[in-house]
Amino acid sequence: MSWMSFDTALPIIFMALMGISMLVYVVSDGYDLGVGMLMHRATDAEKDVMIASIGPFWDANETWLVLGVGILLIAFPRAHGVVLGELYLPVALMLIGLTLRGVAFDFRVKAKDTHKQTWDRLFFAGSTLAAVSQGWMLGRYVSGFGSGWNYPLFAAAIAAALPMAYVLMGATWLIMKTEGELQRRAVQWARIAWAPMVVGMVLISMATPWVSDVVRERWFALPEIIALMAIPLMTGVALLAVRGLLNSRAVLGPVCWLPFVLLIVVFVLGFLGLAYSIYPYVVIGQMTIWQAASAPEALKVILIGVCISVPAIAGYTVFSYRVFRGKTGELKYA
Amino acid sequence: MDALLLARMQFGANITFHILFPTISIGMGWVLLFFRLRWLKTRDVDAASAQGWLDAYRFWTKVFALSFALGVVSGITMSFQFGTNWPGYMERVGNIAGPLLGYEVLTAFFLEAGFLGIMLFGHGKVSERVHLMATFFVAFGTTLSAFWILALNSWMQTPTGYEIVDGVYHVKSWAEVIFNPSFPYRFTHMVLASALTVAFLLTGLAAWQVLRGVGQRAAPKVMRVGLTLAALAIPVQIMVGDAHGLNTLEHQPAKIAAMEGVWETERAAPLLLFAVPDAAQRRNHFEIKVPKLASLILTHDPEGEIKGLNSFGDAHPPPLPLFFAFRVMVGMGVLMLGVSWFGWWRLRRAQWQPAALPRVLLWLFAAMTFAGWLATVAGWFVTEIGRQPFIVYGLIRTADVASKTATSGMIGVTLALYIALYLALIVAYVTVLKYMAEKPDEVLALDAAEAARTPLGAATSPVLPAGSIT
Repeated sequence: MSWMSFDTALPIIFMALMGISMLVYVVSDGYDLGVGMLMHRATDAEKDVMIASIGPFWDANETWLVLGVGILLIAFPRAHGVVLGELYLPVALMLIGLTLRGVAFDFRVKAKDTHKQTWDRLFFAGSTLAAVSQGWMLGRYVSGFGSGWNYPLFAAAIAAALPMAYVLMGATWLIMKTEGELQRRAVQWARIAWAPMVVGMVLISMATPWVSDVVRERWFALPEIIALMAIPLMTGVALLAVRGLLNSRAVLGPVCWLPFVLLIVVFVLGFLGLAYSIYPYVVIGQMTIWQAASAPEALKVILIGVCISVPAIAGYTVFSYRVFRGKTGELKYA
Repeated sequence: MDALLLARMQFGANITFHILFPTISIGMGWVLLFFRLRWLKTRDVDAASAQGWLDAYRFWTKVFALSFALGVVSGITMSFQFGTNWPGYMERVGNIAGPLLGYEVLTAFFLEAGFLGIMLFGHGKVSERVHLMATFFVAFGTTLSAFWILALNSWMQTPTGYEIVDGVYHVKSWAEVIFNPSFPYRFTHMVLASALTVAFLLTGLAAWQVLRGVGQRAAPKVMRVGLTLAALAIPVQIMVGDAHGLNTLEHQPAKIAAMEGVWETERAAPLLLFAVPDAAQRRNHFEIKVPKLASLILTHDPEGEIKGLNSFGDAHPPPLPLFFAFRVMVGMGVLMLGVSWFGWWRLRRAQWQPAALPRVLLWLFAAMTFAGWLATVAGWFVTEIGRQPFIVYGLIRTADVASKTATSGMIGVTLALYIALYLALIVAYVTVLKYMAEKPDEVLALDAAEAARTPLGAATSPVLPAGSIT
């Protein structure tokens, strides 16, 4: 490969890295935020177990967001300004939500018992605010920040659907990580969240081509449509399998991990569909990744660090999940 | 108010809130490693002493975790505000700032993805060697994180090693970009500031525990470590601060003129102990001065020349905030010197038993628990406001890179929200620290609950002896 073509390939590499970071963030912090949004339905003892189940992970999970936005900032500086400028208010609200959620984690165990309830409420409120803001941001981003009555409606629909998807993730995480009464209740929560999430996904899949010309041209052209049908079909199968598992008693036993894993598959498929819709734009209809990218020299310097760090990060993440594998036991205060 | 000032206030509020917590975690990481090594060293020889070190390690790990979490959440906000508040900044210097910020993010990430979780929750789940290594890497990583971010900050103050092609900055030499003229001074100054902040935090909370009669196993050890660290770090800090000042005089004379309230270029400049600089009338009110001292301190020559603000046109920072912030920082430094040296001497005379110290001295230590925060924030105000009206000193004005789309209403509303949130969180942080200090046994008992949480943890050999929990 000549240097010239490597320079052209660099923005693609960083776009892929950014996309993967965002995907990992949505999946991993998705279950954290979902657990946070389920907090108000749990008893005090269950709250402790729920928090304990995500305690060792949330911090690292949230860092994927920093990496994703960091890549947007350092590799696509022109797009960073446009995207975050458009999303000024929801970004601020999401950050406030994430801040509340993040600090409530640490404060609730260290605070006086009388204050614990306040932190639990803030944990719930922060998780919900962050999830709703992210949904709104996703909706605005996917529709290219268009103006007109239908665009805010579309963003509002996603702002309602994404938290439901997170709640489902959170509930299936709890099915995997807990046992006994809490696990049975988590199955109930998952059943409730399943339908709104599916309706949301269907609506979004139908509405995206409607609000975005680029997406419409991409998806409804022959012969691509035949190959592309695999994505919605597989998503549908995975979602139905989740429902089937939730309705059976087997989910309380050895296959308790399966709904969670199937949902990850659903998120990955959704991500692939989205990536296909957007590429090669970084701001849909306005700016391609090459127009937005930093100079190749700068990207190469960053790439060296990425090549060292990302494999190590992946390794440590696996190690960390291994160390904290298995069911989260009861948390008893001495 | 205009959008530019509001945007600056918002970024300033966020960066001020953020720096409070890395300032604690940079130094605290190394202190935790020290506590842990002391425990390993004493556990076979002196069980009572070892117990004190272990208590100290476990208690302060919780403080570290809380500080780290606040640093993470406020740091995330910053990575967004670069784009929301200063979109033009990355457009123009992205090729330089991008990689440096990238390395900072990757370093921080490196830590959080693996080591921090294991350090905080891995008691009894990994071997002692792995746990010790994790503690080391957390300390090392926070310091490395500071290295990258201060390299970028210093480059914005004293830019070198770049070239400009069509208005966009490109790197000519990474060595010159990273090791720019003010970087060694600023990095050393900040690491020492962190050490001092942690030293006074340790001393202050330990003093509070002694006053309340709790945590008697760990408090004497913690206070001794805190006072010793403070007594050692403060003279070095004063020397480094002086060197940093000389460096600033060489590269950013307008900042010095604002810090000292010097309007006209003069020889044998007096040191103003107090004054109220008035930017509108371009003069000072209520001056109290010591003849020739400013020239002596800044140029190490009583007849040395100091350039005045009037020789920089409009390209100088506002003198009022710099003048006072600088005096707050220096005043805190002098106070720290007096308190740490006197306190260390008294504690040694009391055979390292803080309970034997006069209560008024313990109250003084407790009052200075967050002295490091005050000095650090004042110092950052001096250096950052002192860079104005530029975002990259002498090259790019802040006004030129500000957002054109964000309205002052939007910025104002979010600024109010951020400030309310940050004030509430600072109050919560200080309250929780006080509560934890007063109930150390309950805090340590949380470990027992954590160890009991996973059946896996109970099955493998515990790193920390179960008998250590009372």
